[in-house]
Amino acid sequence: MPRPTKGARLGGSPAHEKLILANLATQLFQHGRIRTTEAKAKRLRPLAEKLITKAKKGDMHNRRQVLTVVRDKGVVHHLFTEIAPTFAERPGGYTRITKVGLRKGDAAPMAVIELVSEPLNTVRVAKAPAAAEAPAAEKAEAPATQEAEETAEAPAAEKNDEATEAPAEETEDKKDNA
Amino acid sequence: MAVPKRKMSRSNTRSRRSQWKAAAVSLVSCPQCRSPKRPHMACPTCGTYNRRQVIEPSA
Repeated sequence: MPRPTKGARLGGSPAHEKLILANLATQLFQHGRIRTTEAKAKRLRPLAEKLITKAKKGDMHNRRQVLTVVRDKGVVHHLFTEIAPTFAERPGGYTRITKVGLRKGDAAPMAVIELVSEPLNTVRVAKAPAAAEAPAAEKAEAPATQEAEETAEAPAAEKNDEATEAPAEETEDKKDNA
Repeated sequence: MAVPKRKMSRSNTRSRRSQWKAAAVSLVSCPQCRSPKRPHMACPTCGTYNRRQVIEPSA
């Protein structure tokens, strides 16, 4: 179940927040990249990505659902015909937020949110290097553990010498073994 | 209405204000132009983040 967003609404009321986010999404699809505050960019990202997912499906039902948020038919047409096909291969992560510093005037942290335009390059993690690293790590650990055991034994022997006479014989036996 | 009974001494005032401190911002050098910038933010000098042009350079 989705967890509700923490904190106060943007703009003060639920209706105002809905309007702000809808306008930001419209502007994002119209211009490709917009500069806004970090908080608004972070709230806009899930909304925009869900709209793009609907646009990728591309049927009339999804188009009507997007039209309930983005009211501009021209922008929705642009989203469905031009933006959605570029994301056909990409499994989510359609937008990118980059922080760009503080706004002059109220020192609000600003960010640029943009549609990712670069082609998707899949990262494949090779399993061979991981397997090679594992034995090396074991070798590195082995001497360390031996040293730790030696250092642990030395103080223990001293303690036995200092201890009362009763376990004296045991300590001697240990020394013989060593 | 509750009001202070005594004037606050200069010592107490100054002791309180001694805790008003500004912390220095942490800076890293931009991988693109080597100028100091805030970490995890686009460089204000060259406008890049992760060597990608994000904003118009200001300087």
